[in-house]
Amino acid sequence: MSKFKKKRGNTSPAISTASLPDIVFMLLFFFMVVTVIKNDESKLNITIPKADQLIKLEDQSVVFTMRIGKPLAQYQEQYGSATQLQINDKFVTTDDIQFYLEEKKVKLPEEKRNKIVGSLHIDNKVKMGFVQDVKTELRKAGQLVINYAATQGAVTGGGK
Amino acid sequence: MPIRRKKDRMSTEINAGSMADIAFLLLIFFLVTTTINQEKGLPVKLPPWSEDEVDPTQLNTRNVYSVLVNFQNELLVRGEPMQLKDLRDNAKEFILNPQQRPDLSEKPSKAIISLKNDRGTQYETYLQVYNELKGAYNELWEEQAQSQFGKPYEELTREQRKEIKKFIPLVISEAEPIDTQGG
Repeated sequence: MSKFKKKRGNTSPAISTASLPDIVFMLLFFFMVVTVIKNDESKLNITIPKADQLIKLEDQSVVFTMRIGKPLAQYQEQYGSATQLQINDKFVTTDDIQFYLEEKKVKLPEEKRNKIVGSLHIDNKVKMGFVQDVKTELRKAGQLVINYAATQGAVTGGGK
Repeated sequence: MPIRRKKDRMSTEINAGSMADIAFLLLIFFLVTTTINQEKGLPVKLPPWSEDEVDPTQLNTRNVYSVLVNFQNELLVRGEPMQLKDLRDNAKEFILNPQQRPDLSEKPSKAIISLKNDRGTQYETYLQVYNELKGAYNELWEEQAQSQFGKPYEELTREQRKEIKKFIPLVISEAEPIDTQGG
């Protein structure tokens, strides 16, 4: 009896770490699947407005992002400080929207092509004239489903 | 013999102890690069492109709720100046017209909201006006869902939602902006 007791006291209860790699791999695969590697960094100074009637965009792969705003300080020397439209890392004119939209369509599988959502990230201070030109171009291109990016928050009635 | 057996076993086994470390390293890389900020926004459906725009002001003025935003971001609603915070309730009253007033919409399905802005209007104001109008409709749908089905709008079936949207359709017509400043 005493022998048995002594043995139990001596052996440290080692926790098996054999399954640790499995757990870590599981987490790893989860993050690998969830991760969307961004290749379009915003070169514009954009503060999107606040609104409270928002809807989440479910499928990121069908989102066609357009940014409108003034260039960041480090790009102002090169591009000036006027309002610019940015698609995929580049500053473009409204005439180019159709081309980039087509490019986006080609990259998607066929069943997703008519589900594209044009997401507009527009700075608070941009004038509607510019936005209107972009919208008109989108209508001409047949891209009618759009989304104004906004953050959740109380409407302040800004601009005054 | 026993020594040889031991050596044999050692050479065929790959040490998997560092596996966890490698996996951790990758895991941390993906943890750092992942951004799970799902994009949120106001969904809008644009009208198809046509050369001649329909002017909603030509319709029965009783059913048109015109909202004008000028370049100083001020609102003019049906000819009267208005604050942004009053817009939602005012729009709701116009659409539903609970007291059957002769100057508000005949019935919800005939109400048309006409939104017109200046080319100099700030985007923030425009979006918030749009948000308020959308909010008015969302609240009306919610109320209708509660009174008709006794359930929140979120929990309704597709058919039930269709029914509500048929009763109170969302009609926001955006006119070409006016240009008062040459901007």
